[in-house]
Amino acid sequence: MQSKQDYISKISLRKRMGKWCRDLIRQFPLQLMVLPGIAFMIVFSYIPIYGLSIAFKNYTVVSKLSSAKWVGLYNFKIILGDKYFWDSVINTLGISFLKLLIGFPIPIILAVMIYEVKDGPFKRITQTISYLPHFLSWIVLGGMMISWFSTTGIFNQILMFFGVIEEGKNILLDASKYWWIASLSDIWKEAGWGTILYLATMAGIDPTYYEAARIDGASRFRQIWNITLPLITPIISLNLILTISGLLGSNLDQTFVLMNTQNQPKAEVINSYVYRMGLTQGDFSYATAAGLGVSIVSVILLVTANQMTKKLSKQSIL
Amino acid sequence: MKSNRSAGTRFFTGDKVFNLFNITVLTLLTIIIIFPVWNVVVNSFNSGRAIATGKSIFWPEEFSLENYKAVLNDTSIWNAFLISVLKTVIGVICHVLFCSMVAFGMSKEYLKGRKLYTVMGVITMFFSGGIIPTYMLIKSLGMLNTFAVYIIPALFSYYDMIVLMIFFKQVPVSLEESARIDGAGVWRVFLSIILPLSKPALATIALYHGVSQWNDFMTTKLYITKKALYPLMMKLYEIIVQQQLATMANNTSYVITTSTKGIQLATIVITTLPIVIMYPMLQKHFVTGMMLGAVKE
Repeated sequence: MQSKQDYISKISLRKRMGKWCRDLIRQFPLQLMVLPGIAFMIVFSYIPIYGLSIAFKNYTVVSKLSSAKWVGLYNFKIILGDKYFWDSVINTLGISFLKLLIGFPIPIILAVMIYEVKDGPFKRITQTISYLPHFLSWIVLGGMMISWFSTTGIFNQILMFFGVIEEGKNILLDASKYWWIASLSDIWKEAGWGTILYLATMAGIDPTYYEAARIDGASRFRQIWNITLPLITPIISLNLILTISGLLGSNLDQTFVLMNTQNQPKAEVINSYVYRMGLTQGDFSYATAAGLGVSIVSVILLVTANQMTKKLSKQSIL
Repeated sequence: MKSNRSAGTRFFTGDKVFNLFNITVLTLLTIIIIFPVWNVVVNSFNSGRAIATGKSIFWPEEFSLENYKAVLNDTSIWNAFLISVLKTVIGVICHVLFCSMVAFGMSKEYLKGRKLYTVMGVITMFFSGGIIPTYMLIKSLGMLNTFAVYIIPALFSYYDMIVLMIFFKQVPVSLEESARIDGAGVWRVFLSIILPLSKPALATIALYHGVSQWNDFMTTKLYITKKALYPLMMKLYEIIVQQQLATMANNTSYVITTSTKGIQLATIVITTLPIVIMYPMLQKHFVTGMMLGAVKE
């Protein structure tokens, strides 16, 4: 009995293997189209992920990779005591929290407002203009900001016109304002673009909901509160998860163009610190360890945020 | 993105106030975005002296083309422009062809190993080696200071592949089957049926990738030290850094800063112009791109 069953399963296994191989040969040309993509991912994604192992080695720009010694968690221990690293963590978190607190609600409010405007030229122009900054590069925007905030620039002109200040002052050279400059400029750039996903979701809302609400005498505000917002909540929580998981990330282009010797103590973020330690000072292992530590915390944040929203609103991305 | 709510709405009394408030805030928003940008354009057409006084708000005080002349007389800027155009055009063509080739294969549910490939791809969306390991890879591939570093590491994106794959799946199977019966191979089907029918999706990916190639600055900053390979963005960054240094070195001297400032503003306008020209085309594809991307596989 036992052996018969074994025999049957062996045959069917062999048959299935044979079929699998035949199918593979038959779809060989198709496989040849996919494999370059797989090879690309192995080379440009998986080899660098494997390369993270230098975080546990003692490897600098002058030593050879093969002779680099394993040092275990040594690099991480040093990082924990590195004042400059913690400064960069505080700066990253400070800028990210300002972005989250101000920059997260604004696109939602804007999307609701745009949605409430009648279709027509006004709506089209508003949308066209508010999406535009998203397509400017940070280098261009940084150059513009340097011009706006210069002592005779438009920012100081406006403040002087309203009598807020007596004399123009370049706030880009003022370290204490950098967090605000970095977060608000990012919001200026991305707020309009951030509405697009919400608007696309709102376009799918069944108009009969609003008709029914109007017949029952609901005001416009009431309709927004009780129909529009609840129906875009899934997208809002999805966005929130992604934003929270990105709290430790920062925009390197922005940092490079806005950072100068005056505001550096407040402008250095984790990414730029990793860049400086690794590529400018040549301490590859140390910089990789710092980057890896931050990535691990980011993944933990992503999972936690995902779990929390799952509990609160039964939404998740994982 | 048309809302179908407004037709035949009978306004309540509170509605007028609501609409007025709404339109006022949105108008303000539009002004906050457009006005500073306009100011940059205005000053780029200003003479160096007029930029220094900062009096030109809506219109150049002393209209002059000297900034643009200075920029266009600089051969290194022409070279940077050429590099930018080349890397954008070549980069977009290679990226779109490569991604759609992979996407065509992945769009077939019967593809052996498809599950494994998907898992491998999704992992790359959440994890990466980071700056230093990627730098070491590029270095060991011998791509430092080569034009190839603009093209090859940007060939493939799993996200773009998903967008294209979802689109390819919507092409009716019968079209492909009839071609197969007539003896067409996979490449023939891909090139003469799938690609021509997927122009909107290809255009979406091409435009997004084109913008990111044009705006890309980090690749140059990380891997290129040869000035002959600098694209426009890096050139602009150099000008900005120089001007910042000049400002900090001597806050009162207008002589040095004004001329470089005018050149900086003119370079900003020239660098942004291609994006602004492409913008109306881009706009058509905003929603397609976002919606396709938002669909979970």
